[in-house]
Amino acid sequence: MSILSVQDIGIAFGGVRAVDNVSFSAETGQVFSIIGPNGAGKTTLFNLVSGVYQPKSGQVRLDGEAVTALEPNRLAERGLSRTFQNLQVFFRMTARENVMVGRHLKESRGLLAHLLALPSTLRQNRESAEIADTLLSRVGLADYADTLASSMPYGALKRLEIARALAAEPKVLLLDEPAAGCNPVETEEIEKLIRTIADDGVAVVLVEHDMKLVMRSSDRVLVLDQGRVLAEGKGAEIRSNPKVIEAYLGTHGTREANLALN
Amino acid sequence: MAEFLQFCVSGLTVGAVYALVALGFTIIYNASDVVNFAQGEFVMIGGMATVFLTAAGVPLPLAALIAIAAAMVVGLALHRLAIEPARGASPVTLIIITIGASIFLRGLAQVVFDRQFHSLPSFSGDTPIQFGGAAILPQSFWVLAGAGIIVLALWAFFNRTLLGKAVLATAANRLAARLVGINTSFVVGFSFVVSAAIGAIAGILVTPITLTSYDIGTLLALKGFAAAMLGGMGNPLGAIVGGLAVGLLEAFGAGYLSSTYKDAIAFIVILGVLFVMPGGLFGRASVERV
Amino acid sequence: MQALFSHRLAVPLVIAALVVALSFALPSSFYLRVAALVWISALAVIGLNLLMGYAGQVSLGHAGFFGLGAYAVAVLPAQFSLHPLLAALAGALVCGLIAFAVGRPILKLKGHYLAVATLGFGILIAMAISNESWLTGGPDGMPVSRMTLFGWRVRGAETWYWITGGLLVVGAWIAVNLVASPTGRALRALHDSEVAARVAGIDVARYKVRVFVISAVYASVAGSSLALVNGFVTPETANFLHSIELVTMVVVGGMGSILGSVAGAAILVVLPQLLTTFHEYEHMLLGLMMMVIMIVLRSGIVPSLAALFQRRRK
Repeated sequence: MSILSVQDIGIAFGGVRAVDNVSFSAETGQVFSIIGPNGAGKTTLFNLVSGVYQPKSGQVRLDGEAVTALEPNRLAERGLSRTFQNLQVFFRMTARENVMVGRHLKESRGLLAHLLALPSTLRQNRESAEIADTLLSRVGLADYADTLASSMPYGALKRLEIARALAAEPKVLLLDEPAAGCNPVETEEIEKLIRTIADDGVAVVLVEHDMKLVMRSSDRVLVLDQGRVLAEGKGAEIRSNPKVIEAYLGTHGTREANLALN
Repeated sequence: MAEFLQFCVSGLTVGAVYALVALGFTIIYNASDVVNFAQGEFVMIGGMATVFLTAAGVPLPLAALIAIAAAMVVGLALHRLAIEPARGASPVTLIIITIGASIFLRGLAQVVFDRQFHSLPSFSGDTPIQFGGAAILPQSFWVLAGAGIIVLALWAFFNRTLLGKAVLATAANRLAARLVGINTSFVVGFSFVVSAAIGAIAGILVTPITLTSYDIGTLLALKGFAAAMLGGMGNPLGAIVGGLAVGLLEAFGAGYLSSTYKDAIAFIVILGVLFVMPGGLFGRASVERV
Repeated sequence: MQALFSHRLAVPLVIAALVVALSFALPSSFYLRVAALVWISALAVIGLNLLMGYAGQVSLGHAGFFGLGAYAVAVLPAQFSLHPLLAALAGALVCGLIAFAVGRPILKLKGHYLAVATLGFGILIAMAISNESWLTGGPDGMPVSRMTLFGWRVRGAETWYWITGGLLVVGAWIAVNLVASPTGRALRALHDSEVAARVAGIDVARYKVRVFVISAVYASVAGSSLALVNGFVTPETANFLHSIELVTMVVVGGMGSILGSVAGAAILVVLPQLLTTFHEYEHMLLGLMMMVIMIVLRSGIVPSLAALFQRRRK
C-alpha cells in the first residue's frame, strides 16, 4: 500500500477547473515528481493534498487513513510536511529558530512550564536547537544559524524551508520548486539532498521546473496539463511521450527539447 | 409607524455623516493603505471653522467655503508633513502617526477656537416638516441631500475624469500605476485633500443638528472606521451602506431598546456580522495564494 | 558582552536594575508615584506586546480587560468583602475566561477587521462599567478600600513603587520565558506566515487564543494594581481612548520588544505630566512628539535605536 494516495481530486476557481480528477500515489523511499507547464495546477494540487485548500471532489489517503480536507496541522501530525514555491519563511526569526518551529509537534506543549521556564522547557529548547543545527548543516546552512531569515539570500531560504520541513520528521514531504532561483551549484546540492531524504525512508513528492534535476532524481514522473493528468511513468517514458513534449513545449519546442534532454 | 419613521430619519441623518467619514477612510485607504484616524478631525474643522467665521460676520456660504478650504489645506499638510516622510513604514506605525495627528489637531483646535460646544443656525429654519406623523427637521434634508450629492459627484469624478481614473488605478495597483506614468505621490496627497473636503462638508451640514466642539473627531473617527469595516474595507459602496446601517442601528437601538446602550447595539451587530462575514458586508472572500 | 545582552534573562535584569536605581534617583514621593504608574502601564503593555508585537494580532479593546481588573478590586471587596488580593486574582481569572470565550471567533478575523472587532468588544465592557451604576458607581467611579496584608496597611508611594516594580519585573521575566519557549516560537511563526505555521503542525487558532488570554491577564493585573494604588476607579480605565493609548505605547516603544514596552509606557505616562506646564499647548505638543518619534524611529524607540547602535559599531 502506498504511503500517500490521491484519488480523483479536483477543485475549481470561478468555474475554471484548476485541478480536475487527478490521481497519483507516492511510495516510501522514492521521489515522485509532478511536472507541467506554468498554470498546469501543480501548486494547486499541493495545496489540495496538504490541506491548504479544500478539494471539491476526490480523496486523499495518508498511510491508509482518509485525510481529505484535514487542516494542515492535523496532516502534519500524521506525517505530511511541505515547502512553498513562494517562500513562507518566518522572516523575523533566525534560521535556527525557523527550523526549531518545525520541531513543534515533537516538543512538549505545556504552557505553564513555558511561562515559568521550568528546567523541562529549557532542556526542550536546547534539544530542539541541537536538532535544528544538525539539520542546518545537512542542508548546508550551518553558517546562517544565528542570522535573521530576512537577511538571508533567496537560495538559502529555499533550503531553510526544507530543513524546517525535515525537522518534523515527515513520512511524506512535498517540495514545491526547491531549486527555483538557485544557481547550478545550489541546484546540484539540492538534488543530492532530495536523494538522501528519499533514501532515509521519506516519500518525496517534487514539483520542479528544472528538467535535468527531475529526470535524474525521480523514480516516477506525473505530467499535468490544464489541471489534468497527461501522462505518468518513469522518466524515460515521459521524455519520449510525444503528447508530453507537445503540451510542454509546443510543437516547435520538440526539437530543442530533444537536444536539451539528451 | 410615526415613531418608526422618526427613528428612520434621525438614523439616516446621523448615518449619512458616518457614511461620509467612512468614505473618507476608504478613499485614503485605497490610495495609500493608510487608515487615517485623523478623519474625524476634518469634520470638526469644517464645523468649528464655519461657526467661528460666521460669528465674525462672514456670511454662511462664504464661511463654509473657507472652512472646507482650510480642511483641505490641513489634509494636504497631513500628507506632506507626516505621511509622506514615513513612506514605507509599517501600517501600524502609520496608524499611530495619524492618531498623533488627530491629537495634535484637537490641541490646535483648542488653541485656535475654544473648548465650548457650538451650533450653527439651521440653513432653512427650524420648523419641523410633518411627514407621515413624524416631525422632520429641515436640516436633515440638507444633510441627506448633501451626502447624496457628494456620493454622486465622487462617482462621476472617479468614472468620468482622467484624474479620477488615475486614483482608481493607483488603488488597484500602485506599482503598475507608477509604471504607466501616474504620479502616485500626488494621487495619495490628492486623496487626503478630497477626504478632508468630504469630512468638512459633513461637519458643516450636521452642526446645526448635533452641535460641534474641538473633540468630536475621535468618536466620529471611531464610528466611521467601524462603518467602513462593516461594509468591507476599501469598498465605497460598503462605506455608505455601513455608515447608514450604523446610524440606523443607533437610532433604533436608542428608540426601542436602551438609549444608554445605543452604541453597544451597533457594535454587537458589527461583531455578529464580522463573525459570519469576516470581510464585511461587501468584502470579497479571498483565496490564500501560497 | 554580546552574549550577555542576548541572554534570556538580560531584559528582566535590566528592568530590575532600573527599578532599583530609580528608587535612589527620584527625589520625592510624587516622582515615585509617577514611576509606579509607569511600571503599571508597562506591565499591561508587555502583555499587549506579546499579542501584537510577537503574535501579530491587534487589539483595540485591551482597556476593557484593564478596566475589569480595576473594578474587580473595587467591587468585589465592597460587595462580598473579598480580600483585594483574591479580588485581583478573581479579576484576572474572569478576564482570562472572557478572553478564552471570545478569543476564537474574534481572532479568526484579520488585520483591520480584528481591530474593529476588538474595539467593539472593549467598548461593550466600557459601556457596561459606566452604565451599571448600582454596581460600579457609574460615570463617577467608586472608591477602592485599602489593602491590608497580615495586619499591615499597604500605603504610601514608596511601598507601591516597590510592589508595582516587582510585578513588572516578574511580568517581564514571564514574557521573556514565553518568547523563548516552543509556544513563543509558535506565536512568532504564525505572525510571519500562518500557512507555514499550520504546516509545521501549529494549531494557529488555539495559539492565538492562548496569547490573547495571557495578554488579557496582564492587563487585568495592571488594572487591579492601578486601582489599589489610586484608591479609586473611574470608567476611563476601560475607555477605548485608554485602549488606543496602550497600543500607542506598544508601537512607540517597539513591537516585539519587552524593553520597548517599558520605554513606550514611560514616554506616554511621563510626557503628559511634563507637558502640563505648557497648559493649552499640551495636546499639540503630545501629538507632535508622537508623530516625530514614529517618523524618525519608525520601528519604535528600542528596536530603532538598537539597529542604529549596531550599524554604528560596524
